[in-house]
Amino acid sequence: MSQIHVTTTVNGDATEFLCEADETLLDVLRDHLDLTGSKEGCSTGDCGACSVIVDGRLVSSCLMLAAEAEGRAIETIEGMAEGDQLHPLQQKFLEMAALQCGICTPGILVAAKNLLERNPNPSEEQVRYWLAGNLCRCTGYDKIIRAVMETAAEMRGAA
Amino acid sequence: MIDVKRIAEMTSITRQGDGWCIGAAVSSAEMNETADLVADWPGVMEAADLIGSTQVQGRATMAGNLCNAGPAADSVPAMVAAGALARVTGPDGSRDVPVEDIPTGPGKTSLAPGELVTAILLPARPANSGDAYLRFIPRTEMDIAVVGVGVALTLDASGTVTAAKAALGAVGPKVIVASDAAKALIGTKADDAALDAFAAACQAAATPISDKRGTADFRKDITAVLAKRTAKIALSRAKGEA
Repeated sequence: MSQIHVTTTVNGDATEFLCEADETLLDVLRDHLDLTGSKEGCSTGDCGACSVIVDGRLVSSCLMLAAEAEGRAIETIEGMAEGDQLHPLQQKFLEMAALQCGICTPGILVAAKNLLERNPNPSEEQVRYWLAGNLCRCTGYDKIIRAVMETAAEMRGAA
Repeated sequence: MIDVKRIAEMTSITRQGDGWCIGAAVSSAEMNETADLVADWPGVMEAADLIGSTQVQGRATMAGNLCNAGPAADSVPAMVAAGALARVTGPDGSRDVPVEDIPTGPGKTSLAPGELVTAILLPARPANSGDAYLRFIPRTEMDIAVVGVGVALTLDASGTVTAAKAALGAVGPKVIVASDAAKALIGTKADDAALDAFAAACQAAATPISDKRGTADFRKDITAVLAKRTAKIALSRAKGEA
């Protein structure tokens, strides 16, 4: 079967790729575009490690076929820092040690960024529910939640 | 492979009279951002909102939940209680089918080869009506229903139930319409005695199996508890209290 030609935008850059019909967006990001920050944990939408933002909406990139990216705007973890300037969430995760092995971290940062764009002042409960689909086997979540709450407070103060 | 999500009617939420036509590819996240739809059918929207995580919500659809034909599908009992129809489109045209007639058993549907569900139709919400859905899971999020109950009911001006429909999930091979339970509510003021009769009839209608998520006896007990709680929420919504 012939490959599908897809024209899309990834982290603000016009991007083209060829993919098979059954390749997921995660497959293409990692294997064709060398954007390996999005992780493959489960491939079934359970773990959140492959979280990306598509047209402003948080999705598991393992649950989206790459061909569906035609004409969309994709944001991944690679677009989160601006050059050497880390996003406030990234900086806070480092300062507060909100990670251990790091496999889940890109997905959590992308998900948390999307939350704060929608709701700059979330309650702890809202943060916990929003991130319930981002599984972490190391941290016990508490440091992650506190880092997101702290970042939100600082970003509100800076705004 | 054909991407049906590029067909406008598959991805749009439109008013149909006083009811709603929800394209089969509309994500749960998008539905729950449509305030008028949430106001009309809060139980259906809550049920859809329980499917998976935030990032799953960005992809999940009620039509997919329905056609996956999992016995524990959260949105299905809520849709059935609301009287939703599935628009089935195939080579011979389209037909509108009650949602409860789509699944036939675990993983199996009544769709013929070449047919697909293209939309979910929610009726106009009658005056003085309310709907609700509750499920039991051992965690707070990201789990599969051990029991799910959807209830929709309508009151007259005096507060008497004039119409009711209850549907049970995860307690049979497919969604169960608890007709006797609805009859136990209709004509009453939905007082405690009527709600207990309703709960008992829901329990009697449940035909669960025992599996790793719960025993049959536990599921029967939970069915009654959830039925009463769900009906109370639907009732308070019908009265405009919630």
